[in-house]
Amino acid sequence: MNLSFFDQFSSPCLLGIPLILLSMLFPALLLPSPGSRWITNRLATLQSWCIDLITKQLMTPLNKSGHKWALILTSLMILLLSINLLGLLPYTFTPTTQLSMNMALAFPLWLATLLTGLRNQPSASLGHLLPEGTPTPLIPALVLIETISLLIRPLALGVRLTANLTAGHLLIQLISTASAALLSIMPTISILTTIILLLLTILEVAVAMIQAYVFVLLLSLYLQENI
Amino acid sequence: LRAAVLLKDTKLLDVKLGQLPTWLAMRDFTPGGIVGALRRGYDRYYNKYINVKKGGLAGVSMVLAGYVVISYVWSYSHIKHDRHRKYH
Repeated sequence: MNLSFFDQFSSPCLLGIPLILLSMLFPALLLPSPGSRWITNRLATLQSWCIDLITKQLMTPLNKSGHKWALILTSLMILLLSINLLGLLPYTFTPTTQLSMNMALAFPLWLATLLTGLRNQPSASLGHLLPEGTPTPLIPALVLIETISLLIRPLALGVRLTANLTAGHLLIQLISTASAALLSIMPTISILTTIILLLLTILEVAVAMIQAYVFVLLLSLYLQENI
Repeated sequence: LRAAVLLKDTKLLDVKLGQLPTWLAMRDFTPGGIVGALRRGYDRYYNKYINVKKGGLAGVSMVLAGYVVISYVWSYSHIKHDRHRKYH
C-alpha cells in the first residue's frame, strides 16, 4: 500500500541526483551508432529499419523545405518511444508523466512551426484561421474559434501525452494493488484481476507507442500547414 | 623465460591483494581517464554481447535488468516509507 498513489510520479533522489536524470540519459545506451560496415549487428539493423520507417512515414506528406525537420522529428519520436516503453519496467521512472517535460517539448516545437509559417507565408498561415466555404455571418465567430484552437495546440499536445501516460501508470498501480490485496481473501477474484492487469499492460505498451506517434504526427501536421 | 608485466598493466583480477592499494594509486582518475574507462567498459560489453553475428535478446535484456536494479536502488529510501507505513 502506498501513502498515495501519486507517489510514483515524484522523482526519488539518491545523493541529491533525481532519478529522472538517469531515465532521460538511459535510452541513449540502448541505441548504438551503426559502424562503418555494411552489415552490422542485429540491434543496429533493427534500429536502422525503425528509423527508416519513422522518417519515411513522417516526411512523405511534407514538401522539400519540410525535410529540414527530419532530424528533430525522428529523434523526438525515438526519444518518446524509448522513454514511454522503458517506463513500463518495474521500479523505473517515466519522465513523460511530468507535465513540465511534455510542455517543454511541445511548446517550442509548436511555436517554431507557427513562426515558420508566419514568417515565410503569412497570408497562407493566417488563411488557415478560416475554413473554406463558411457562410459569411459566421466568419467572425469562426475566426475567433480557430484562433483559440490554434493557441491551445501546445497545451493539448503536452497534456495529452502527460494524461495518457499518468492514467496508464495509475491504473496499473491500482489494479495490481487490488490484485495483491485480494490474493489472501478471494483467490479467484484475484486471478480475474490479474488477467485484467495483463490485458491492461498490453494496452499500456500500445498506448506508449501510440502516444509518441501521435505527438510527433500532430507536430508534422502543424508543420505541413505552415511550411 | 617469463615476461615481467608491470603492475600498471595488470588486470584487476590478476592483482594480488597486497598490491591492491598500489594498483589503485596508479590508476588514472582524471575526468578523461574516467571517461576512457567507461568507454572501454561499454565497448567490452557491446562487442561481447551485441556486436555479434547472431546477437539475441539476452544482450539487451541484461542491460534492462541492470536498469531496473539501479532504479530500485535509487528509489529505495522512497519505497522504504511504504513498507514502514504498512508494518508500523
